[in-house]
Amino acid sequence: MPRSGAYDEIWGASGSREGRPEFKHLADWIRDTDTVEFDRRQAAAEAAFRQLGITFAVYGQEEAGERIIPFDIVPRVFTAPEWEQLSTGLVQRVEAINAFLDDLYGAQRILKDGVVPAELVLANAQFRPLLMGARPPHGIYAHICGIDLVRTGPTDFFVLEDNARTPSGVSYMLENREAMLRLCPELFQTYDVLPVDTYPDRLRETLESVSPRSDHPVCVLLTPGHFNSAFYEHSFLADSMGIELVEAADLEVDDDIVWMRTIDGRVRVDVIYRRIDDDYLDPLFFRPDSMLGVPGLLAAYLAGNVTLVNAPGTGIADDKAIYSYMPDIVRYYSGGEAKLPNVETYRCREPQALQYTLDNLADLVVKLVDGSGGYGMLVGPTASSAEIEAFRAALIAEPHRYIAQPTLALSTVPTLVKDGIAPRHVDFRPFCLTGADGVSIVPGGLTRVALKEGSLVVNSSQGGGTKDSLILAPSRQTIDPDGMHQTLGKMSQTMGRGMKPMQSMGRR
Amino acid sequence: MRLSILHRTTYTYSQPQTRLMQLLRMTPSSHIGQHVVDWHIDIDRDARLRYRRDGFGNETAMLYVDGPVDTITLTVAGEILTEDTAGIVQAANEPLPPLVYLRATPLTELDEGLASFARDLAPDASPLDRAHALNRGIGERMRFDTGTMDVERAAATAFAAGHGVCQDMAHVFIAGARVLGLPARYVSGHLFRRDGASDQPAAHAWAEAYVDGIGWIGFDPANAICPDDAYVRVAVGLDYREAAPVSGARTGGGMETLDVGVRVALSQIQSQG
Repeated sequence: MPRSGAYDEIWGASGSREGRPEFKHLADWIRDTDTVEFDRRQAAAEAAFRQLGITFAVYGQEEAGERIIPFDIVPRVFTAPEWEQLSTGLVQRVEAINAFLDDLYGAQRILKDGVVPAELVLANAQFRPLLMGARPPHGIYAHICGIDLVRTGPTDFFVLEDNARTPSGVSYMLENREAMLRLCPELFQTYDVLPVDTYPDRLRETLESVSPRSDHPVCVLLTPGHFNSAFYEHSFLADSMGIELVEAADLEVDDDIVWMRTIDGRVRVDVIYRRIDDDYLDPLFFRPDSMLGVPGLLAAYLAGNVTLVNAPGTGIADDKAIYSYMPDIVRYYSGGEAKLPNVETYRCREPQALQYTLDNLADLVVKLVDGSGGYGMLVGPTASSAEIEAFRAALIAEPHRYIAQPTLALSTVPTLVKDGIAPRHVDFRPFCLTGADGVSIVPGGLTRVALKEGSLVVNSSQGGGTKDSLILAPSRQTIDPDGMHQTLGKMSQTMGRGMKPMQSMGRR
Repeated sequence: MRLSILHRTTYTYSQPQTRLMQLLRMTPSSHIGQHVVDWHIDIDRDARLRYRRDGFGNETAMLYVDGPVDTITLTVAGEILTEDTAGIVQAANEPLPPLVYLRATPLTELDEGLASFARDLAPDASPLDRAHALNRGIGERMRFDTGTMDVERAAATAFAAGHGVCQDMAHVFIAGARVLGLPARYVSGHLFRRDGASDQPAAHAWAEAYVDGIGWIGFDPANAICPDDAYVRVAVGLDYREAAPVSGARTGGGMETLDVGVRVALSQIQSQG
């Protein structure tokens, strides 16, 4: 069972399967569609993903190898007012993240004013002293942010985590939509869904807008290589943006300028969308044993001759130790309260918080400050007593490495499971782009769903799946209810009759 | 003192290299007690240098050389006026707050042996006296020994072995000082030897700790003293990696042989005057 009291985003809080009024037709569609039909469509989507090679490697599981992230055929839907609420909050948060980074690598006003403890930033390995004073074009550091959100009620959204390094998953947003348009076209005729396929163009515009040279900037995507778990996404994005996908060996730095080797000679590179972690970017400046990096790349960056997206050193903004100060950081730079609140967070480095955490381990979620991917995490209510005791010992030994949060009753979305359709907990990662003209958010994102009954851990490495996330256009959310009813009951046979004009499909 | 410094580094390759790139941190800056009168970097072949100050405040140069290269010599030379400031560093270019230097790095990682050694030296003394005790204590526990020269040796490893070069001792000091809550950093530079040994096989390295109310203070555990007017600071960093005189990358395979010669002497100008 989902956690008691969990809010279902389609069915509402009541637990009935009638659906929220605005999603009545979707609830009908879920109820009236044969599970066998859902199974068929889901299998078709997963077969397509497998064929495309949208796979990921699960670290630490030898036998797993490459597998696809399970796809769920039942979409999640946000109404226009819900999306409006989210996107204004996201813009504010992402602007604050960039202002914070610009400040930390510059004047450090926020530390001098005591809003964030200086030691927490300065002694943190994610803060890169080497880059002090190096300001990228327009003062933008985190051009691409993936903000992880959770929901507990109709208007209750919380930021669970900021991802300001090299957030991944956007290819799922795009491929899931492709699959849904193909397999469930009736939904897109019923609902006026905003398109997500503008993302590659917007990303390319963002990259070009931060180029150090204005004339025909050359942008490339730098990947660690095909053995990386997100390689599919790297090649997919490069392909859909129409830019070169390169590995370190394709680039060289000369005279503080980055060049790409091509069969027609070398080409000067202006912007690098890099999907390599800071540590491995440049063996001359960072880890000397890196085989993935480009020697001298940081010299070109420091000289202002190339823009790195995201900039090196952004990890300090999404560090879990910093997270609990984000409301203060947002207030400091925006002058207003954070429109998207944080999840209440106990900093175990503080003695009182540690004591509270130790006293309430069975009810809390405890996370490693420097962990990710759902590793190093305790979910008290579902943990065994042995797991709780192991965390207790770890907390006492190194309290500064942990934070704790209440176990939230995460919202659920109806999901296809073995026995039919049942509620499963979800989170949401929208992708926010920041370029010279400000923040732009494609109306969509990655919905991750915990497929295991009652589980709150949505990470793909822990058995999570994904869903398409539909954002409805403002006003005119549904078309002629009668015509729609026909379609919903009979599926593809009645498709196209009395439906929306075709140009709305052109949004794909 | 007016010191004349000549630092020559020759790389020889077993087969010609197609490209060379080096990040040089070989140029000292002026501050109280250290005035750079004259300084230049010479390369014995066609090369391009791009100068820039890094985030630590170091004066750096990126060196780019096109091949084929089978040998290259970097000659760094200049004259520095020094005064004894009892190890205290003032008015240096400091872009970073001292707290940056509290974090552990791969080369300054601790183990329990090193941590308790640092904690147990003069536990009730002032931070300044504890830093002095650490500086002396390292010399008593570790033997200076050039036999194990490994630039990637961690502090705890060197400390457990009980011997090392100046770089190892600097790393041990840095790791120990950070345990005591003192920001500490690595310094690479040059040392004028009063015993007349002006020709040296390598540059020198020591450490600095930050003590509230005083500021950055140099400690040279290899000599169990604080730097005086015989010392010339060149670069600082969290550990060796960020302050090393040269970090290089090359394309062309084969083996590299390195020959370093450092000469630190009283300037002729001063001797004549």
